This record gives sequence, C-alpha cells and structure tokens, in this order.
Amino acid sequence: MTAPVLSLSGVRYAWPGRTAFSIEVEALSVAHGETVLLLGESGSGKSTLLSLICGTVLADQGVVAVDGQDLSQLSSSARDRFRAEWIGVIFQQFNLLPFGTVQDNIALPLRFAPTRRDRVLDVAGEAARLCSALGLPGGILTEKAARLSVGQQQRVAVARALIGEPSLIVADEPTSALDAGSQTAFLDLMFQQITACRASLLMVSHDPALGQYFDRVVRMEDVARVERRMT
Amino acid sequence: MIARLAIASLFARALTVGMTILAIALSVALYLGVEKIRTGAKASFADTISGTDLIVGARSGSVQLLLYSVFRIGNATNNVTWESYQDIAARPEVEWIVPISLGDSHRQFRVMGTTPAFFEHYRYRRGQNLLVEDGALIADLFDAVIGADVAETLGYAVGDPIVVAHGIASFTEHDDLPFRVAGVLEKTGTPVDRTVIVSIEAIEAIHVDWRRGARIPGQSTPEAVLRDMDLTPQAITAALVGVQSPLQTFALQRAINEYREEPLLAILPGVALQELWGIVGIAETALVAISAMVVLTALIGMMATLFSSLNERRREMAILRAVGAGPGTILGLLVTEAMLMAASGAVLGMAIVYAVLGVARAQIDSAFGLWLPIDPPTLQELWVVLAVLGAGGIVSLLPAIRAYRMSVADGMMVRS
Repeated sequence: MTAPVLSLSGVRYAWPGRTAFSIEVEALSVAHGETVLLLGESGSGKSTLLSLICGTVLADQGVVAVDGQDLSQLSSSARDRFRAEWIGVIFQQFNLLPFGTVQDNIALPLRFAPTRRDRVLDVAGEAARLCSALGLPGGILTEKAARLSVGQQQRVAVARALIGEPSLIVADEPTSALDAGSQTAFLDLMFQQITACRASLLMVSHDPALGQYFDRVVRMEDVARVERRMT
Repeated sequence: MIARLAIASLFARALTVGMTILAIALSVALYLGVEKIRTGAKASFADTISGTDLIVGARSGSVQLLLYSVFRIGNATNNVTWESYQDIAARPEVEWIVPISLGDSHRQFRVMGTTPAFFEHYRYRRGQNLLVEDGALIADLFDAVIGADVAETLGYAVGDPIVVAHGIASFTEHDDLPFRVAGVLEKTGTPVDRTVIVSIEAIEAIHVDWRRGARIPGQSTPEAVLRDMDLTPQAITAALVGVQSPLQTFALQRAINEYREEPLLAILPGVALQELWGIVGIAETALVAISAMVVLTALIGMMATLFSSLNERRREMAILRAVGAGPGTILGLLVTEAMLMAASGAVLGMAIVYAVLGVARAQIDSAFGLWLPIDPPTLQELWVVLAVLGAGGIVSLLPAIRAYRMSVADGMMVRS
C-alpha cells in the first residue's frame, strides 16, 4: 500500500497575534484516488485547515504530509513550489485572473511548477481537451476570463486545477455559487475528470447532500477541534 | 508570461493606470522642457555675440558691461571718452573696433548709435552676419536701421519717421529731429532685433542743444546747421574690439584695464557670460529642483494609486498564491507594473516634449528669440528617463512590500 496522498497527524495551529483561534487535527488522511467530502459549517476552521494543507501556513505541532512529503521540512519558497507542483486548488468563486485569457488562467500553475509543466506535452492542446471534457464551448480559450459566466469560470478553475495531473485537488465549496441544477452537472464533470487524472479530491462544503458523490464523508467536528477564546 | 499578465492587468485598469502614466508623462515633459529651455537659453545667449574678442567700457562689473553693451539690459554708469576710444583704436593689436552709444530710446526699444563697421563685424550664432531684409543700411545722418521685432511690434516699414526719446522710458523727445527708417534687419534672435540703430554722429547731433539731460531753453539748432557741424562724439558707451591674433587678447585686455587716463574695463564676452551663468545658476538650480519635485510628486501619486489598488487586488494575489506563486513573485509583479508605468510615462513625456517643440518651435523663436534645436535625446535626457524608471521602482517598493506582507498573512484565503 502506497503512502496516502494527504495525511495530517497531531496537528496544532494557532493564528499568530490575533484573537486566539486555534485548531487541532488528531488524524486525517486521504488515500490515492480517494474522494473525500469534509463537512463543516462556516467558522469550523475549514479555511485554516486548507491553508495548512496547501502550506501557506505551517503547523505549530504535528505533521502535514502531502504525497509523503512533510511540509514543515520545506522552506516557504519550496512549499510554494511544492503546492504548484502537486496541488490543484479550486475556490468558491473568483478563481480566475479576470484580465487573463482562459488559456492564460489554465496554464498559470505550470509557470510556477517546472516538473508539472514537463508532464504536459502540449499546453494549448491539453487546455483545449480539458475545456471540452468539462463541457465548455470551443474557442473559449482565447476569451477573457472576465467575460465568462460564473459556471464557466468554475469549470475553467477545475481545468486549471487538473492540468499537469497533480496528485491532490483541494476544493473549497466550489459549487456554492452555482444553482442546484448546474451543481449536479458541474460535479459530474468534475468527478469524471478527477477520476481520469487518478487524482485525489478533498472538498469542503456545508451541504451534506453532496455526500453521495464521494467515497467518504468526514465531519469537521469529528476530526478537528477548534478553540476560540474571546480576548 | 508574468510580464504579459502584468501588462494585461495594467490594461484592465486602463483608466487609473492611464491617469498615472499621464501624470508622470507631464512631469517628465516639464522637467525635460525646462532643461531644453535652459540649455537653449544658454546657447541662445552665447550665440548673441560671436567674433568679438573684447568689450570695452567704463570701469564697472564685467557682467554689467556685458549686459548693457550686448543685451541692452541695465545702463552704463559712466562713459568712455572719445580720446580713450581713439587710443585703444590706435593700438597695434586691434584689428577692428566698433563704438557703441546707448542711452536713448524709441518707445520700448533702445536706440544704439554706432558706425557702419558694426554691420561688418557684429556676428551672432556662430559667425552669422546681420542682413538687411528690406531697405538699406545707414546712408544719411538721420537714417535708422531697425531690428525685426521693432518693425513688427510698431508696424514700421522703410521710409517711416522715428522720433527718438531722450533717455529710457522718458517723455522728453527729440521731436525736432525725426529719423527715417532706412532699413529693416532680418530676424536674428538676438537683442539686435529689439534695437533701433543709428549713426553715432546722429546721437551727437540730437544732443547738440542738450546739456546735462535737459534741453537748453530757447536753443534749437536747425538741421541744416547740424549737418555742417563736426559731430565727432565726446564720449561713447562701449566698444566692441576684434584683435589681430587671439594670442594678443589677454595682453590687450590688460593694457586697457591698466589704461592711465581713465578707468576702463575690457572683458572677454565668453568669460563674462560664464560669470553671468554663475549668478543665474541659483535660479536655474531652483527651476530644475522644482521640476524634479514635480516628477517626484507624480511618482508618489503612482505610489498612492498602487496602495489603493492593493485591497481590490487581494483576490488576484490569493489566486496567484494558490497556483504556487511565492510572496516574492507578488512583490516582483508590483514593482514590474510600477516600472512599466514609469517607463511609459517617461517615454510619453519625452514624446510630448518633441511634439510641443515640433509644433511651437517657430512661435517660441519669434516670441522669445529662443531657437530650440530638435536633436535626438541627449545622454543626459536618457539618464533622466532611467532615473524616473529607477525612482518608480523604488517608490513602488513600499506598496509592493505591503502586498508581500498581505499575501504572506492571507495565503490563498482572502479574509476581509
């Protein structure tokens, strides 16, 4: 059995300098090719958890490992590079640089990740393939991102997360800006492509109804303890 | 691709970015324009007199002598007697000598008495001769030759009468003895354009009936009598001297300065000009400093724009962080943007200067007698552009560092 794509153990983190907010995660792991839904209300520490996983903040204690790599062993610039190479991120909305074309936006992570760039033989071709696989109209690559509908923007964000086949996709409520009808279509397409890329998915949401799409559903309160002291 | 995104991002904020670039461009244009006018004015001043080795006048200051004899600014405190003039003229070093007699005026223009040799020896703009545009040089005692500005301002043509006033800005006129415009000179861009030139004898003639600056009551010598009189002047204001060989200039200067009969002063026009620059230098420096301040103000304006854009661009920075850009990349992006703006501003500013020069050069020349050459950018101007670029980069560091801090604190999550 290979090491899990993501594993957290004994992690403690407190935001520096501000109203005391700390999070503790005893154990959380995502296996290769596994899709996990992390359910939690807003304020349950989801954002902090995602920041820890992506290495933009560093745990005070414990180990956050992505693809077997302990992030605390890396310098901050190496963590940035590591994130670019191995993690695809999808936000709730506003995923794209509005002034760039769709192709610019999709190719953006490759600029910071040489190894990932080498895995893509033909960037324009791969971007076009992902777009059409995600049900985006042909010729969208040269459009300015600002001209796209929210639904289109979210699909482009999926294409950007998937290009170069990173091992872990992290998604933060990617469907919350979509209406119920397009949510289903979006998730179907996203899951198809994530499976095709053999990537793992960790998605956070407050909506338990999404659970049916995932291999596993984890409740935030079961894995993490959040402490908030008013000062 | 980062540079391309920076440019795309600038285009997306075209209005604010355009305004910032325009402010920088105008400030750079102002700075370069001041520089152009400064060097142009210097060159123009230096071009006013050439070919004259020494200027001789009564002892005063060299700058003062230069100003009143060549630029018609200020007045002589004393005169040079005709005897002294002749003594100098008789020296072996002297190749030619032209007397100048100032002190009268016509309207706002100075009247200068001199000899025909003036038209032969006076040179401007690297050795150009005075040329008559219309009419002829002085032939009769009461002939006057006027400069181009005099003709244009007062609407005079050849044959018109001119009444010379005694002194400058005075209401007493030599109205009994009018002059006739014999010729109009071509435009030179020198004070000659604003001068009425008459013969030195004529200056003597109109003062025959005057003593100590006032008309002798009841005395009026008829013109016919004047024409028969000996009108050799008693004194002149100054003299322009050309020497046989440049090597003798200093010897002659010393000889004149040590002349025993009368305190005289001989100056080298170039040296006196340098002294003048020394005096004007303070104002010049102030002007340059002010326009440099304007450039700085524009750059600080850019800094303010960058600062205010940071908040609305938090999302953009979070996206870049999410795809793996380090905070350093974000700092670099802001500095790159600022330097692109500064560079566009500087280049646009330079273009504005050239455009204005191209359009307004003729008007500037005719209005101020200032001929500004259109040359390719000098090394100094390129340095200015580089300095603006560098200063733009430095100024942008503050907002860039703030962006760096924000992106470290925010990571990929934008907290508001």
